[in-house]
Amino acid sequence: MQALRAAFARDPGGSWFLAVLAAGFVLVPLLYLAVPDGSGLHLSGYTVTLLAKYMSYAILAIAVDLVWGYCGILSLGHGAFFALGGYAMGMYLMREIGARGVYGDPLLPDFMVFLNWKELPWFWYGFDHFGFALLMVVLVPGLLALVFGYFAFRARVSGVYLSIITQALTYALMLAFFRNDMGFGGNNGFTDFKDIAGFPLQEPRTRAVLFLLTALALGGSFVLCRFIVRSRAGRVIQAVRDAESRARFLGYRVENYKLWMFVLSAVLAGIAGALYVPQIGIINPSEFSPANSIEIVIWVAIGGRSTLYGAAAGAVFVNYAKTYFTAVLPSFWLYALGTLFIVVTLFLPRGIVGAIAALRQRRAKA
Amino acid sequence: MDHLAAIDTGPGQRARRLQEPAPTMMKPLRQAAGLLALVGALLLPLPGAASSVAVQDPGGAGGAVAGTDDAAISALLQQVAAADYAQKRELIGQLAQTADPRVRPVLAAWLDGSLVARAADGHLYLSEPDGAQLRDALSGVRVAAAAVGETAPVDLNNLLRKTLRVALAQFDLADPSAAVRRAAVKEMLRVPEPAVLAALRARAPHETDPAVQAELASGLALADLDSPDVDKRLAAVAVLKGDLNPEVYNRLSEMVKTSADGTPSEPDARVRAAAAGALRAIDSARTIYAGVQTLVFGLSQGSILVLAAIGLAITFGVMGVINMAHGELMMLGAYATYVVQQLMPGHIGASIIVAIPVAFLVSGLVGVAIERGIVRHLYGRPLETLLATFGVSLLLQQAVRDIFSANNRSVVTPEWLAGSLEVNEALSITYNHLYIIVFTFAVFGLLQLVLRRTRFGLEVRAVSQNRAMAKAMGISTEWIDAMTFGMGSGIAGVAGVALSQITNVGPNLGQSYIIDSFMVVVFGGVGNLWGTLIGGNALGVVNKLLEPFSGAVLAKIFVLVFLILFIQRRPRGLFPQKGRAAEG
Repeated sequence: MQALRAAFARDPGGSWFLAVLAAGFVLVPLLYLAVPDGSGLHLSGYTVTLLAKYMSYAILAIAVDLVWGYCGILSLGHGAFFALGGYAMGMYLMREIGARGVYGDPLLPDFMVFLNWKELPWFWYGFDHFGFALLMVVLVPGLLALVFGYFAFRARVSGVYLSIITQALTYALMLAFFRNDMGFGGNNGFTDFKDIAGFPLQEPRTRAVLFLLTALALGGSFVLCRFIVRSRAGRVIQAVRDAESRARFLGYRVENYKLWMFVLSAVLAGIAGALYVPQIGIINPSEFSPANSIEIVIWVAIGGRSTLYGAAAGAVFVNYAKTYFTAVLPSFWLYALGTLFIVVTLFLPRGIVGAIAALRQRRAKA
Repeated sequence: MDHLAAIDTGPGQRARRLQEPAPTMMKPLRQAAGLLALVGALLLPLPGAASSVAVQDPGGAGGAVAGTDDAAISALLQQVAAADYAQKRELIGQLAQTADPRVRPVLAAWLDGSLVARAADGHLYLSEPDGAQLRDALSGVRVAAAAVGETAPVDLNNLLRKTLRVALAQFDLADPSAAVRRAAVKEMLRVPEPAVLAALRARAPHETDPAVQAELASGLALADLDSPDVDKRLAAVAVLKGDLNPEVYNRLSEMVKTSADGTPSEPDARVRAAAAGALRAIDSARTIYAGVQTLVFGLSQGSILVLAAIGLAITFGVMGVINMAHGELMMLGAYATYVVQQLMPGHIGASIIVAIPVAFLVSGLVGVAIERGIVRHLYGRPLETLLATFGVSLLLQQAVRDIFSANNRSVVTPEWLAGSLEVNEALSITYNHLYIIVFTFAVFGLLQLVLRRTRFGLEVRAVSQNRAMAKAMGISTEWIDAMTFGMGSGIAGVAGVALSQITNVGPNLGQSYIIDSFMVVVFGGVGNLWGTLIGGNALGVVNKLLEPFSGAVLAKIFVLVFLILFIQRRPRGLFPQKGRAAEG
């Protein structure tokens, strides 16, 4: 507790963020489950799921902010780690369906029966255990980031080159997951999930629990990242961002710092994906699309990079706007998003959070 | 009414017109012939009597001179309607042997179903498309359909169709056009009957065109493989050595086979050995041609990559600006092609040529606008530039979606781009593959020329090498920046024109190329246009080489993974810049 207070002593924004999250943690399930349907205060299942979706995006944004805001690594492929975590969870959920699928095969998921497969591919073994799936949610994105980052950072690939190859990474994965023979459902991905760890997914209480878990994960990731960036290692990381050569000459193993940040960030993205899939109920290869990954970056940029809570707020803000405008004015949304990209980079280099801070400073001076 | 013209415009008759003597001279003769034919038809001998007609002089183009010919031919024609299928085949053979030029249109009409017979007496007429008029089969004289009375089409079955085609081909063997002769030889070789082969053999010594000669020689050799004479078979195998016709391959591989009880299908050992040798020669020739084909396809795919990447190589490589809207500039070029085609619907062939400068201007101007409006404020901040230009790409996509709808637009491929170049039986290359290679090299050459040989190019290079010094020398760097960006964007537009010919023109066109383009530029070495050219083509060829083993998508994934690994090994690409420019 002491440490927590210390970590947020000079971070009013972060404290506010945690306070709002805590309020949501208590209020949302209450309004969803305890307040009757007819009441004006009642939250529908749709709203709760939507909020949970925003929160899993917020985790993803924090993960990107950790590497971009503090490490200077602009990853345009973080959607890949998110999707891999989601796929790992999706595989578990597919196995959970069991014989309740359309074809009623106790072992094979529907799409495999449809493709006339006779056996479960080896990489599907173990995914009937929830624990194993959770392990994979962390391990698969983490290992990919470890291998990819090891080669990339050791070769001192940085700046736009790194951005381009991360983008190529997610693009290659997208093409691969679109293939039916990969054994991941091809074009359609996974959907029609029934239950998770024995609890039916449509059940309001299950939804409420998933919401709480997502909120916990968001709070946890935020606090964890906050600790890391305030730690000694975090300061080294920021030194690498601002003057890589100097940090190297001072004797720091720049590659290692970058690598571990990158891996941690990928793991967080994977967890976000794993929380996203059971609540949204579908995962398909379009999650790997490069445009998705760039969009994550804009959440961070709009909220304000290297603040963590700004990234989370940006994710919620942009996605709320997206939900609203795609319903009301579908063709307007892409114009708005495109303009956001331009306006934020040109006029709000530190995002909304930075703009508010600048305003406050000016007022304080006046 | 000019019935000469009527004869000449029968189906498939255009080539024959060349043989005809001057129409003015022929007119009275023809009329006389027509009269004679009419008389002949009236005084018709009994069916069967005409089968004794001797083979006519093959050179008798002026059949109208000899009245007996006319009588014989019209006698044959008269029997057609009443004959059964077997007799009809016979009659076709006899008609073909007359080699009279007037018989050909009759046979052609029979084949396409426009030959009719008068119900009353079986007299043959060619029906006109409008149905109001008929032409006398032999004389070509036009008659009103009403005057003829009831008619019925002369029936035919598949066997007769085949016979008719061969008969028509026999006429075409002496055609002045080598292409027609070649087609005729091919047609006849499909039915290797003794009579047909005899006609071909008779033709062989007179043939002058080498392609037709080769066709004839290989066809006759193929027939000779069945000859009981060992030497003939040996000679035939020798002729067929290296022939890429699949039929030849099948026949030769049958010869070297042994049947179930161990007896070889070809009794003579020397012939067997020769056949095996010929097969090996064919196999190796096929392998070579398959390799050539893969190479051309790979180069063409690589050229598309180069074309898409070359504009990026300028904005990214020379200026150091990441332009994520590059793909959308290509899309604009493709849409410019579409609009140009809509504006000049009658001139599809020319529209593509017109579209090239139009697309260059449209994309170039949009590029200049992007540079002036956005990129210029972000120099030295590449990651921000990347994000802002991605925003531009979203705007452009949505704008196109709103203006042209989200559906793909169809851009017509002009005729001169369609079709394929048939080098031989094993190698045919579609023209658009060839044109895209040529086009890419032309664009690349032009760009090099501009960069190396013009004042503007000199200034561009100066700014990219040392901005401050260039400025000190009085170069307006701002103007050069805008123009360079505009040039890179314009080339993207030109690439879009090429892409409109090979892929769907839709709002997402650009997205599918942007990552590939970046990879090509980085692979080739940033700031090095030659590297882009070589890198792009190498990637295209590698992709095509992998495709047979892994399928197109997996090949692409392999290439991407290879590139990711490659960049990590050599971050500066295949041809890194050296010296001062490298420190840029």
